[in-house]
Amino acid sequence: MNILKSLLASAAILVPAVAMAEGETIGFSQIGSESGWRAAETTVTKQQAEERGYDLKFADAQQKQENQIKAIRSFVAQGVDAILLAPVVATGWEEVLEEAKDADIPVILLDRNIDAPEDLYMTAVTSDQVHEGMVAGNWLVEAVGDAECPVVELQGTTGSSPAISRKKGFEEAIAAADNISITRSQTGDFTRAQGKVVMESFLKSEGGENICALYAHNDDMAVGAIQAIKEAGLKPGEDIKIVSIDSVPDIHLAMKAGEANATVELTPNMAGPAFDVLEAYWKDGTMPPKWIQTESKLYTSDDDNAAIYESKKDLGY
Amino acid sequence: MSQSTKLPLYITLATFVLAFVLCAAQYPAMASTRVVANLLTDNAFLGITAVGMTFVILSGGIDLSVGSVIAFTGVFLAVILRDTSIHPLVAFALVLLITTGFGAAMGGIIHYLEMPPFIVTLAGMFLMRGLAYVLSTESVPITHEFYDWLQSLYWKAPGGGRFRLTGALMLLTYVAAMIVLHRTRFGQNVYAIGGSAQTAQLMGVPRARTTIGIYAVSGGLAGLAGIVYTLYTSAGYSLATVGVELDAIAAVVIGGTLLSGGSGFVAGTFFGILIMGLIQTYIVFDGTLSSWWTKIVIGGLLFAFIMLQKGLGWATTARIRLLTASDARS
Repeated sequence: MNILKSLLASAAILVPAVAMAEGETIGFSQIGSESGWRAAETTVTKQQAEERGYDLKFADAQQKQENQIKAIRSFVAQGVDAILLAPVVATGWEEVLEEAKDADIPVILLDRNIDAPEDLYMTAVTSDQVHEGMVAGNWLVEAVGDAECPVVELQGTTGSSPAISRKKGFEEAIAAADNISITRSQTGDFTRAQGKVVMESFLKSEGGENICALYAHNDDMAVGAIQAIKEAGLKPGEDIKIVSIDSVPDIHLAMKAGEANATVELTPNMAGPAFDVLEAYWKDGTMPPKWIQTESKLYTSDDDNAAIYESKKDLGY
Repeated sequence: MSQSTKLPLYITLATFVLAFVLCAAQYPAMASTRVVANLLTDNAFLGITAVGMTFVILSGGIDLSVGSVIAFTGVFLAVILRDTSIHPLVAFALVLLITTGFGAAMGGIIHYLEMPPFIVTLAGMFLMRGLAYVLSTESVPITHEFYDWLQSLYWKAPGGGRFRLTGALMLLTYVAAMIVLHRTRFGQNVYAIGGSAQTAQLMGVPRARTTIGIYAVSGGLAGLAGIVYTLYTSAGYSLATVGVELDAIAAVVIGGTLLSGGSGFVAGTFFGILIMGLIQTYIVFDGTLSSWWTKIVIGGLLFAFIMLQKGLGWATTARIRLLTASDARS
């Protein structure tokens, strides 16, 4: 106990020296690296920080909230200029975010939102998953024109929020088009293997000639489905149009080969908009809105998919 | 206690002080009240768990259920405070009763059915995690003014560090554990069973009562750690604190307690916890190292301490042999 006392005493004398000479220091508490997209988000955040000359302190929480809380506390103790947080769960952030607020360190949420009073964070940068589904639906409406078009749908994991939202958005987009209807819809669990299996069953039960388009809630399932369509002796991208979401490198390869038609990007660049907000705030104190929606960009086979593949393949997907 | 049993404790202490000085030399901001306060607050639940684990390991056993017990406690409290109007203090008492009883039951099975603690507490781990899932698979927020009041209890030190209630609770737990282990009959019995169960039996140590007591202490302290964890995150989540039992075991061993039982101190465990917290803090301060280095460094430390224990064991046997040999000659 004596040691603790003397530590406290010495700590009280040593006033924390936190002043940084140049280049802002930013702490980034990431959930982990559970998916390819998450790994890409980490890579892009590091790249963005380097481009702008920030000193990025990166902490991987290994999927544990306690590690994220510890990391944020350490960032505060270190006196960073801003904190980026990709929260692993929505609850339980009040106490630690209050400490950050108390130390006048802005916190920006990436990719997910939290259940906490809005004054505890500066803004949240997330995508709008309903909008993503809508972009995919709108593309299909335009692509088929007036032709009759029965659609099969590969859903994400049952009950997961991206699956619910992406389904909702797509349905809203095709609601006005009487010639487009969803004939079959099943979960492919966001995986390549399940996407293939479920597509095989669609082809058997409906018959390949009765399917005009496939809508998959993510690219991985679409890639699996392409395989199934090929094995059934049909041409993916021509006989059956394929639209999916995420824009992972492999779907761009498929689009280059003419085997897929369109994908909606879930951008891994959440840090870019966050850094823009911080720069504006540091410059003249501009407070951003509480929600910044990332762009859900549509890529089709008209784009230079080879180049997109090259630019994405090293991000860690 | 002879010098050789205290040596691991001194080494742990020296390791911590040296590590802290090195960290502070590289990052002056680490020698701030904030970091000290964070070490206490962030490790409070793990620290309390590790006290219970020290009891268990001192007796030569192991308790793998504590991480699940913490998660169960959190979900139980969150659900009960959401669905009923009972006061959190009543809920605390209830959950401590459940977890202490759960620990005691495991202790009873270990003793009376002569089952290895590893298997019994492994079953306990699955059972408690499963119960937590049954209560809720989602993270349940806790909103109660009593919680807000408890969370608002802190002392803000010069330099911005916040010494919170949970940190103080952890320190209190350590003091209480020291008193129990060194000043009570029960404490002596824990050491006796860990030294040699048969000798303890011959000495008239009540083995059944002591074993049940040990696991009850571990279960109860895991429950207390669960309460602290809900104060830490204001939520109960069935996926929380996976693998905390292993962190607790690591802290106990780094703290100089013999895995075979019979020798060690809770004070050592305390510094074991602080060393682990310090490594994590250093890695965040550095900001470029992968956070998995925490595990690598802790693994290295564990290995070093196990080797140290082995070395001390050999040295002691050698000395006893030497002494008995000289006794025989004279």
